[in-house]
Amino acid sequence: MTLLFALAFAGYVMATAFYIVFFVTQKKTIRTTARNILLATGLVHTIIIIGRYVAAGHTPLTTHHDTVSFFAWSVTWAFLSFRWRYRVKNFGTFVSIVVMSLMIIAALSSRVITPLPPALQSAWLPIHASIAIMADGFLALAFCGGIMYLLLERELKQKRFGLFFSRLPSLEALDSLNQHCIAIGFPLMTVGIITGSFWAKQAWGSYWHWDPKETWSLITWFLYAALLHLRFTVGWRGRRVAIMAIIGFCSVLFTLWGVTYLLSGAHSYVR
Amino acid sequence: MSVDTIQILGVNHKTAPIAVREKLSFSDDPEAPFATLNAIDVCDEFCFLSTCNRVEVIYTSRRQEEAARAVRRFLFSNCDVSAEEAEEYTYLHQGRAAVHHLFRVASSLDSMVVGEPQILGQLKDAYRKSGDRGGPGVILNRMLHKAFSVAKRIRTETDIGGHAVSISYAAVELAKKIFGKLDNKKVLLVGAGEMAELAAEHLVNQGVAEVIVANRTLERAVTLARCFKGLAVSLSELIPQLEVIDILISSTGAPGFILHKDDVRSVMRKRRNRPLFLIDIAVPRDLDPRLNDLENVYLYDMDDLNNVVEMNKSEREQEAGVAERIVSEDCLKFLQWLDNMELSPTITALMKKADGIRRAELKKTFSHLDLSKKDKKSIDKLTGSIINKLLHDPILFLKENHTAEQKQQKLDLIRQMFSLDKDPYGSH
Repeated sequence: MTLLFALAFAGYVMATAFYIVFFVTQKKTIRTTARNILLATGLVHTIIIIGRYVAAGHTPLTTHHDTVSFFAWSVTWAFLSFRWRYRVKNFGTFVSIVVMSLMIIAALSSRVITPLPPALQSAWLPIHASIAIMADGFLALAFCGGIMYLLLERELKQKRFGLFFSRLPSLEALDSLNQHCIAIGFPLMTVGIITGSFWAKQAWGSYWHWDPKETWSLITWFLYAALLHLRFTVGWRGRRVAIMAIIGFCSVLFTLWGVTYLLSGAHSYVR
Repeated sequence: MSVDTIQILGVNHKTAPIAVREKLSFSDDPEAPFATLNAIDVCDEFCFLSTCNRVEVIYTSRRQEEAARAVRRFLFSNCDVSAEEAEEYTYLHQGRAAVHHLFRVASSLDSMVVGEPQILGQLKDAYRKSGDRGGPGVILNRMLHKAFSVAKRIRTETDIGGHAVSISYAAVELAKKIFGKLDNKKVLLVGAGEMAELAAEHLVNQGVAEVIVANRTLERAVTLARCFKGLAVSLSELIPQLEVIDILISSTGAPGFILHKDDVRSVMRKRRNRPLFLIDIAVPRDLDPRLNDLENVYLYDMDDLNNVVEMNKSEREQEAGVAERIVSEDCLKFLQWLDNMELSPTITALMKKADGIRRAELKKTFSHLDLSKKDKKSIDKLTGSIINKLLHDPILFLKENHTAEQKQQKLDLIRQMFSLDKDPYGSH
């Protein structure tokens, strides 16, 4: 298991390295190599998650290590599934950096499987946790798109053309990437919150507790809801929604870590 | 004829920012610059070139310092810049450097967008206009014709124009960076100019959906719109049109801004913030530079477009290297001609040419005639005195007392009449 994780970790590092080299040199063969490494590593990572499931006897999303590892896995597969639908030039470089960062965090946290408290033993666990984290995977893509948008827009506005001008796709492509990612990520997040509240009803007796994690999930949800609302009714686009996608993702990360470590509540079982 | 009499004084995109250049453009009275230059006594010959990116005076003078001062005063007569500042914004090339500079300008090596084809036409136009007003004389006529042939040679022998490097290409590249696909985008052409039309044509080739033309005179707009199978509107409809278009190319001769920040701010709301790409290729500028501060509005003027083109520089560097070699080569040839534009080299060349013909013809004749040595000698003598007598008058004509200007004209006439300047590329 440890060996497999090391293999996946090395795979992500290599994919990221290849993607960065490709970003600089723009040689197509390097991109193909990077993509193949990422795909293979994604498969190995799937096996790891199944292995953890078998070892723990329940869905392995209750420890910090497993959660972050699953997060990295969902970003990878969200990206790979996206690529299958349509291509965004040099997107892989940005995504692989996010994935690698998550894997570093996962590697540094404890891999000990703690027994699950009886309150949390429910069929809702796999549904709620996996959907919520998969939503985060797509929102991470929107975050990468947002960063790329701001980098390119900055060069276009200031008329100083450096590394990004020739390498990034058009502003319009990045804007529609943002829309697509959030159009998938936001409904998943909504389902994640609803299933979470059913689980809360089952475990603690009421649908909503206002514990910090729930509150922050709701704040994040409102941020993305506002983004979609402003896009479709007021006509916000481009820079503003790119910034909102970045802020939204920061809120996602805070819900994941900030709440767990800075505030405490019912969800603090999950470490 | 000393090469040092040739000077070029001017400003271009490298030496002066657009804010200075637009004040220099002599658009109000087309005759004024020629009248002023004609009135500068210390300049013997002149040619006046004014384009969006450069204003320069090519002239000859034997009192160079005085002439440079007068020409500089003329260039900056419309704007309040101190003499020191004016000196800072201008370049002054003399002699060999001036010839080299003109050849580089003509062949588009000194252009903002190296290899762009418009400059040659603009230079020919400037030469024709100056010529109509008695500007260029023997030296400049020769020098400009030589410049045209250098440009032509470079165009045929190198691929300098092949990388689609032009302002219009830069505009297309930027449009693609902003919009991705252009097939559902609309272009509005404001004002008609060669470069604007070219940019529109490039965009049409990239598949833009529609071209709308707005012009001060509707008639011209209609004609142009027909070329692009588009719609013609009057200039007063500019702002309502902004709601439907995506790319605007402006190149009017208007003295001030035709579009202000507040006009566009309110339009953006109606456009639901769809991006708007504004291209300003007019000098003086048509579009308020502050428009670029608006969100989702991308404004590029001439100077900005240059930056885009810079990115393709490495591709062109090689071709430009070859072109520079051609320029140096032809520069040397011109200087040789100039050296010969003196009395004694011309007389020597004339005699040499005649003697050469004489010898060749004698050889031909003697080869099939059986003549004694004595006969041959007397025929040789006879032909020699024929050419001497024949050339006596032209040489006298050259040596007669005359002014410097007349002397050059005479030298030029004789050199042309006897084609003493063998030039493989022709001088038109």
